[in-house]
Amino acid sequence: MSKLLNQKKTISPPFWRNRKIIPIILQVVFAIIILALGYLLINNALSGLKQIGIQLGFDFLANTAGFSISEAMIDYQPTDTYGKALVIGMLNTLRVAFFGIILTTILGLIVGLSRMSKNWLLSKLAGAYIEIFRNTPLLVQIFIWFYAVFLPMPKIQEALQMGPMLFSNRGTAIPWYEKNQGILLWGILFLVSFVIAFFVYRLMLKKQIESGKKNFPSLWALGVIVVVAIVSYVVTGNAPVSFHTPTVAGNGFDGGFVLSPGFSAILLGLVIYTSTFIAEIIRAGVNGVNKGQSEAAKALGLKNSTALRLVIFPQAIRIIIPPLTSQYLNLTKNSSLAVAVGYQEIVSIGNTVMNQAGRPIEAIAIMIAVYLTFSLITSLLMNYFNKKAQLVER
Amino acid sequence: MNNEPQINATSDSSVVGPPKNTVGVGGWLKTNLFSGWANIILTIVSATIISYVVFHTGKFIFLADWTVIESNFRLLMVGQFPLEETWRVWAAVFLISALLGSSWGLWRGVMRHVTLVIAGLMVFSLILPFIQTNTRLILVGNIICIFLFYIIGRKVTKLKIPVLLLWILFIPLVISLFNGFGILPKVNSNIWGGFLLTLLIASVAIVCSFPLGVLLALGRRSKLPVVKWFCIIYIELIRGIPLITILFVFQLMLPLFLGNSIEVSNVLRVMVGFTLFSAAYLAENIRGGLQSIPRGQFEAAHALGLNSTYTMGFIVLPQAIKAVIPACVGQFISIFKDTSLVAIVGLTELLGMGQKVIANPAFLGKNMEVFLFIAFIYFIFCSLMSYVSRRLENTLGAGER
Repeated sequence: MSKLLNQKKTISPPFWRNRKIIPIILQVVFAIIILALGYLLINNALSGLKQIGIQLGFDFLANTAGFSISEAMIDYQPTDTYGKALVIGMLNTLRVAFFGIILTTILGLIVGLSRMSKNWLLSKLAGAYIEIFRNTPLLVQIFIWFYAVFLPMPKIQEALQMGPMLFSNRGTAIPWYEKNQGILLWGILFLVSFVIAFFVYRLMLKKQIESGKKNFPSLWALGVIVVVAIVSYVVTGNAPVSFHTPTVAGNGFDGGFVLSPGFSAILLGLVIYTSTFIAEIIRAGVNGVNKGQSEAAKALGLKNSTALRLVIFPQAIRIIIPPLTSQYLNLTKNSSLAVAVGYQEIVSIGNTVMNQAGRPIEAIAIMIAVYLTFSLITSLLMNYFNKKAQLVER
Repeated sequence: MNNEPQINATSDSSVVGPPKNTVGVGGWLKTNLFSGWANIILTIVSATIISYVVFHTGKFIFLADWTVIESNFRLLMVGQFPLEETWRVWAAVFLISALLGSSWGLWRGVMRHVTLVIAGLMVFSLILPFIQTNTRLILVGNIICIFLFYIIGRKVTKLKIPVLLLWILFIPLVISLFNGFGILPKVNSNIWGGFLLTLLIASVAIVCSFPLGVLLALGRRSKLPVVKWFCIIYIELIRGIPLITILFVFQLMLPLFLGNSIEVSNVLRVMVGFTLFSAAYLAENIRGGLQSIPRGQFEAAHALGLNSTYTMGFIVLPQAIKAVIPACVGQFISIFKDTSLVAIVGLTELLGMGQKVIANPAFLGKNMEVFLFIAFIYFIFCSLMSYVSRRLENTLGAGER
């Protein structure tokens, strides 16, 4: 028997049929092909660049940019460097992504809940909204907002007034706050009032549970905040902030906060387009919760809104978070379409740098690096929330 | 025993009246629109919104001056395709009509709806007032062609394989027809434009990215670390950056990377960019399908003595792809919508042509009309595709136990 085994060992298959060697050969061949291809491409690029007389490297970032940026969040002059211009582009991307994510979540939640409403008309209205806006390309929507809504607005001298907002082809001015003197005191008192309100809420809730009588804990908490607000108004003599409605003064707006046509178009386009996807995600999440849960909530006598808030939503959120993350990432990536309407975010400024400094490879590498960082940070954050929301099992 | 509860006892006070009427128009209205004060408010608010939007949209549509679409209709559809070569486009349309008609006859189901919608669009363009007479005749010919091939498809069931082959070869055939097969003069790709270019880019990207996506998905699940990590890096890198940067890369850097030896046309560069981009997304969809296949399938295939290639090709992949077809169609819809991005890199597909049209001083202030028309075309095709995806979801799921 042992002799037979020994004999078997000596008859090993030829190496091209050996199950241990084949994978190694395959991988080596694959790696060689990829490396050769990469070498060829990079070699071509390098020799091409040498012909035009450009060297690779990021030292050009310290050179003077020489172009102006209309919406800079930090102080910027055309005499500043390319590096600073790119940082401003990054901040502008973050700005549109930040407001976009907040607004689209709110809008998506409203539309998604309306879609599930028992009211036939409302549900159909939300359905039509979703169908129309998710089946037309985002860029077409942005173009409609930009070229057909915001640019044809009247001249600034004849700005269109709608409520406290002013619309003109120079941009949209919305009311904005301005700090008053007593803001610090207000802030402190407000914080204190929140802490007190929280404890009052807890106390009243405890009493309600013990006595079984309705004690209106949230009304009590609200009352505390209102009382403190009145007290602080009396003490400081004015409100914490005052709202300034914009007015037209000469060739510009006076007061208020001015949104450029490009920013308004990209923000509206992104918010409306993404909200349709979020609405569907929320609907899928709520429908994904076991039917027994809503029946049990009903059996316990919870009313619809309470059941939705306390029973359905905490469970639905587990289904909702992962696709919601990818929608937030999509929104951030889609903000790059701003390049088409002249809102200067990272791709737009990167493009300008690319053309002016003649550094295509470096500029595109920077854009890619910025977006990869955003993606990574967002998915890390959302993974953290996801872990928090996950079901804790035995 | 007297103190036993009497379950069936009813006193006069607890007699319950008959349930509310829930059938008929009145009942339906009551349950769906006016069942409580909150519901009534919601109904009133939505009715106000709907009537406001419908009134103003209707007013705009009827009062707007649509001559800008009339006089640029050809530009928006085929771009600057030379007038004397238009027959090539029509030949492609005839081929697609024949294919649609015969597929409707052969497979019925979802193909019926697709074919009918396309035929409906042809009828719609037939009754547009500004279409020329000979175009009308060609459209009538196409509609007849659809129904003729429908009858042929119903009668001759042997046609299934040739029709499938023609569908697969359709795109290469059309592109070589435009290039003249080497016999006819070439219609250069830089004058392809309008909706024709949109359709060409989208279909090339869809057709080419699918096999690439399958390969990437398989590579990502491969046991060979080099292949696996290459696929992971590729997929995550592409998914992490916006499409527009990829288009910039291919528009600006492809000539640089390929050196002076190879000349690549603008259209081809964009097509390559779209294909590589959507392959990464499709790969993730397909990977989801692969993961949904239970271990038992692999083990059973191995027990039957199939090697891993056969296991993948005949057992796992067919099931996995079937499971993710609706998701893939969703991806195809977004490729179709994303073709509008090539307007940014200077190609004149539907949206780019629209931009050219509004830049023409003769059509000053007609922005809304042009873009609404473009949005309408995209909307029709995307809705059709998402309808198909929903139907497929139902029909493919029907076999599930």
